[in-house]
Parts: sequence; C-alpha cells; structure tokens
Amino acid sequence: MKIHEYQAKEILRKYGVPVPSGEMVETLEEADRAAKDLFDKGNAVVVVKAQIHAGGRGKGGGVKVVKSLDDASKAAKAILGMQLVTHQTGAQGQKVQRLLVEEGSAIDRELYLGIVLDRAAARLVFMASQAGGMEIEEVAHATPEKIYKEYIDPAVGFQPYQARSLAFKLGLKSTQINDAVKFMLGLYKAFVETDSTLMEINPFITTKDDKLLALDCKINFDDNAMFRHKDLKELRDLAEEDPLEVEASKFALNYIKLDGSIACMVNGAGLAMATMDIIEYAGGKAANFLDVGGGANQEQIENAFGILLSDPNVKAIFINIFGGILRVDVLATAVVAAAKKLNVQLPIILRLEGTNVEEGRKILKESGLKFEVGATMKEAADLAVAAAKGGK
Amino acid sequence: MAVLVDKNTRLIVQGITGREGTFHAKACAEYGTKVVGGVTPGKGGTTHEGWPVFNTVEEAVKETGANVSVIFVPPPFAADGILEATAAGLPLVICITEGIPVLDMVKTWEVVRQSQPDGKKTRLIGPNCPGVISPGKAKVGIMPGRIHKEGNVGIVSKSGTLTYEAVYQLTQRGIGQSTAIGIGGDPIIGTTHIDALKLLNEDPETEAIIMIGEIGGTAEEAAAKYIQENVKKPVVGFIAGQTAPPGRRMGHAGAIISGGEGTAAEKMKAMSAAGITVVKSPAEIGDAMAKVLGKA
Repeated sequence: MKIHEYQAKEILRKYGVPVPSGEMVETLEEADRAAKDLFDKGNAVVVVKAQIHAGGRGKGGGVKVVKSLDDASKAAKAILGMQLVTHQTGAQGQKVQRLLVEEGSAIDRELYLGIVLDRAAARLVFMASQAGGMEIEEVAHATPEKIYKEYIDPAVGFQPYQARSLAFKLGLKSTQINDAVKFMLGLYKAFVETDSTLMEINPFITTKDDKLLALDCKINFDDNAMFRHKDLKELRDLAEEDPLEVEASKFALNYIKLDGSIACMVNGAGLAMATMDIIEYAGGKAANFLDVGGGANQEQIENAFGILLSDPNVKAIFINIFGGILRVDVLATAVVAAAKKLNVQLPIILRLEGTNVEEGRKILKESGLKFEVGATMKEAADLAVAAAKGGK
Repeated sequence: MAVLVDKNTRLIVQGITGREGTFHAKACAEYGTKVVGGVTPGKGGTTHEGWPVFNTVEEAVKETGANVSVIFVPPPFAADGILEATAAGLPLVICITEGIPVLDMVKTWEVVRQSQPDGKKTRLIGPNCPGVISPGKAKVGIMPGRIHKEGNVGIVSKSGTLTYEAVYQLTQRGIGQSTAIGIGGDPIIGTTHIDALKLLNEDPETEAIIMIGEIGGTAEEAAAKYIQENVKKPVVGFIAGQTAPPGRRMGHAGAIISGGEGTAAEKMKAMSAAGITVVKSPAEIGDAMAKVLGKA
C-alpha cells in the first residue's frame, strides 16, 4: 500500500524524525492561508508540492519553490487539479488533488537514506548514499560502491553502531553524528512498527545551520500486515488508484488493469502471469491480470466477472483454471451462475483442469450457455485471440 | 528415491480442523500419504475425521512419530505455526499459507535457518506454496494428485498452478515425475530454487529437471549460475511474467519488477547462458522436456 508524502512525514514526525513544517491542503484558499502562515512565521521561502503517489514530481512541474505569497498562489493554481505526468504515471498522468505547502530549507548537502528488504539475504538492509536527490536505482546500477549498506539482524534490530558507521561514511560533521544516529534509529523504528516494505528519504538533507531534515519521504506498507494496523489502512487514498482495482480489492481479488482486449480470470499468480504471456504469443493482448485465488467461492467469482465486464476494452473473456485448492466444479457453477445473472454477451473461452474437472465440464455442458472450451492452454489462447478479433 | 516426501513420511496437519486443513488432509491421505494426526490449539484430545488432534506440535510429534508438518493456519498465526514446528524439531515443515507479513517472515526465517538442535536442521518449504509431491509415494500439499505420474523428472517452481500445468503436460506425454517441489512466491521462502535444485541434482532417480520461476528478485539468476557450475542433468526452464508491467505486484508478494531488477528477460538470458533450455510459452514446457529426454 502506498501513501502520500505528507502522510509519510506525519509518521516520521511521530517517531521524532525531523521534517519541514507544512500543511496538506485541498483548495486554493487553504493553500493561500497555509503559505501566509509560513511567511508570517518568518520563512523566506515556501515550497508547494503536488501530492500524488508517483515519483518524479519535480521534473513534471509538480513542485515549485516560491518567495512571495503572490507566487505561492500562482504555484498552487498551476499545480492543483493538473494532470501531472511523470516517468511513473504513464502518459495520461495523475490528477493532483492535494498539495503540501511547506517551509523552504537552506540546503547544504543532499544525501539519501533508505530501508528495504534484501530478498537474497532475507534481512532488512539500511542504505545510505551521498548521491542524494537522484534516482537511487540509477546510482545503484552505475556506481554500486556509492551506496553504503548495513544488514539488520532481526533479533536485535538496527543498532547505534550501524547508524554511526553510515553517518561517518556519509561524511557528516562530528556535530551532526548524534543527530544522524537518532534520525536513523527513529526511521528504523517507524519502519518496523508500521510494517513497511519500503522507506526512502530522498533527499535527506543537511542545512546551512547544520540541521538534518527529511526533505522528501516515501513509505510503502505491507498489504499482508494491514490487519494489525487499522489506523494506517485509513491513509489509503482511493483517488490515486484505478477504480476497477479499487473495486476488486473490496472483494480481495488480485486484479491489475492492463490495456489489452482479452480479459483473464485465472487461479494462481504464476498461471495468471503465464496466461498473459501466452495470449501475447498467440497474437493478442491481456486486458488485465486477475488471480481469483485458491479459496475463491462462488460469490467471489461472480464479483470477478463483474469487474472484468466493467472494462469497456474487453472483447473476450479467457478463463484459465487449474484446480488445486479451488475446485473446478465450484468454478464452473459460479461461471454459469454469473454468466446467466449478468447476461454476458461476450465470448467466454475456458480451459479447465484439476480437482473435480469432470464434474466441472459437465456443469458447463448442461448449462445451456455457449462456452468455448480449449483442450490445452495454447488452444484456448488461440480461441480467445480469435474471438477478441471477431474472426472465429 | 524421490526427495523430501515418500513412503516414510508421517504427516501432521497444523490447522487440521479448519476448512482447508480438513479438505487437504483427506486428499493427502487418499493419495496414500500417511497422515498421522493434526494440531489445533484447544481441540487436543478430540478426533477429527478419524485423526487424533493435539494441542501442540510437540505433543503431536511425541505421540505420532510425525516427521513432516504441513501448515494451513491463517496468515496472522502462520509464522507462529512455523516456529512451533521448528521448536518441536520436525525435519520438514511445509507452509501452504499465503499472506504472512514480510516482517514476520524475516524474524521467523532467522530462527528456522539457525535451528540446529543436535546438529539437526528444520527445512522449511514455502510459505505461500502448493507443497511437495513424490508421485506414487506421498503428497503433502494442495496439488491435484491425479494429474501426476511416477517417474524421473524433478520440478522446482515458485508458482502452484503453473507447476500443475507443467506436470500435466509431462504426464500427457507419458513422462513421469520424481518429485515436484513448490517453493512459493513470497519474498522470503525457506527453500530457494538453488536448495531444491541441489536436492534434485543429488537424487539418483531424477534424470532431468524443470525449473519454473517468475518476475521479481534475483533467485533465478543465482540458480542459473548454480546449474552451470554443478548440475549435469538437463534442465528446462520457464519464467512467468514476460509481459508484466514494471512496478506492479503481480499477485504474489514477491512478483514485482522494481528498480530495473527482476525482469523475465534478464532471468531468461541468465538461464539460457547457463545451458538451460528456456521456453517462452508455458504451453511448450512438456514438449521441450520430451525433446531433451529424446522422447519427442
């Protein structure tokens, strides 16, 4: 689960990690008032930042540094409501509905801090780099030696000596080391207590008066752990997500919208990915990724159907089920019921195998509905592509 | 011979009284696996579907002589279930549960990998996996038994249903399997591609290997290197997610291309370079293996 920068900064603040003062606003009036407050407090510089989940906001024109109330108003007017296009949003961009109006900082150095899971080591790793303010993936790729790492033993957690080691490697002044250690330990505590999967401070800055600040912050939470964080769950901003994906998530369906014309309903993530792949090899394009999961019941499969049918690009539906936990007869019953209930007019192509497959096929045959059944995955993919092209 | 599970397997089911636990305990027993009991805290002393139920894994092991546990406990409690089975000294623990929080697994795995009481070590398979089957001998997991056939091809895979797909294609071509190991699609798993490959490589009954991976992480690249250096048996490989967009988590918690890492193209390149027969379409796995074995 992704959250906004302003929400991430609120979390950091709670853990004693210093961030610039600022305020999230949703209207131009609020933006003016927030900027006035900051100027009134003696700030010479104010920053107006678009709040969307994608990165690269600055380059796309979503961040403006201003020195007067008038310019702050202009910046807010320009950014609020714009379709912000960055390298992560796709060409259509993302509509900006929230702004963060924040005090400006006198930046001395721009550094980087991050915590992620290192899958190969099966441990969390704390990363630091002097190459702050840049795409860290690019730094890692081109100059991996510029990223310092400390692996964390889960039994004792991130230790002060590790934080000191990173602080010295960052070349911080001796007067900044203690603050940096506190900063990093706070970050780690926030990471663990919020069940994060990613935490990035980029840039992590030192100011001209030797202070340390998280100038930007990105946090992702572990969806699997949200059952124990009711408060964090409320930080989700549905406006940032695809409406069909939001709908699917209500039914605990793993759905990702893509831009093809063949809707897929598959059980198992691996098979769902492989189904997208084989559709492409058959000359078509998948409209979505959809894993109905191992324990899907009839109601859930009906819900899945509803979501696939709400995508206007869909020309055919390809159901590829290999029953393990999910029994094929359960699936077949649900497909028949949903197809009848929703009066599905689009061609449905099925490929079924696994537990209770004979019963499943019988249910389809006796339904009186027109299903096309492929004997193999390849045959079914070819049928689906032909059906989507209307030339069956 | 097969690996991990066979006729000597004595299985207990953690979460045996739950819906999935009950269904699959029965299916495993029907396949011929020796299911000796189950664990559900608070229901100890009762019987369920004819099996004795125990309050703790320790008690179950002591009373039944179990040597393998399979876990069907819900995600918030599954890591605890793995730790309990490890503490009870079970040599093999297979966790089917999907959705365990990553930080729970970081801590749990640290304990499991250091668990060496009396020099013995618990092997964890999964979580978020279909389990392990040695056709004709034992099935410990949720895979449909009837599609399998006893034979000499070993399979290691991150994905459940995609493993069934590969097995089915083999069986249809008259090619049997020695052991199919579903290692799971989570970012942290107990048995990696390399660990499973090592077992299959050392198994005299396994003549050839199918390796199925998916986008995310770099485990397949590491496995390719291992194969190049250590495995003389022919290997056929497939990677799911060749058309997956970067930055999106494709169902499995571990299946995400991030920071330019974990793409299918990179994995397939590394595997081909290591001498693995890599197929692009999941429908070609069976044919490729038949060809490799000279049975096409």
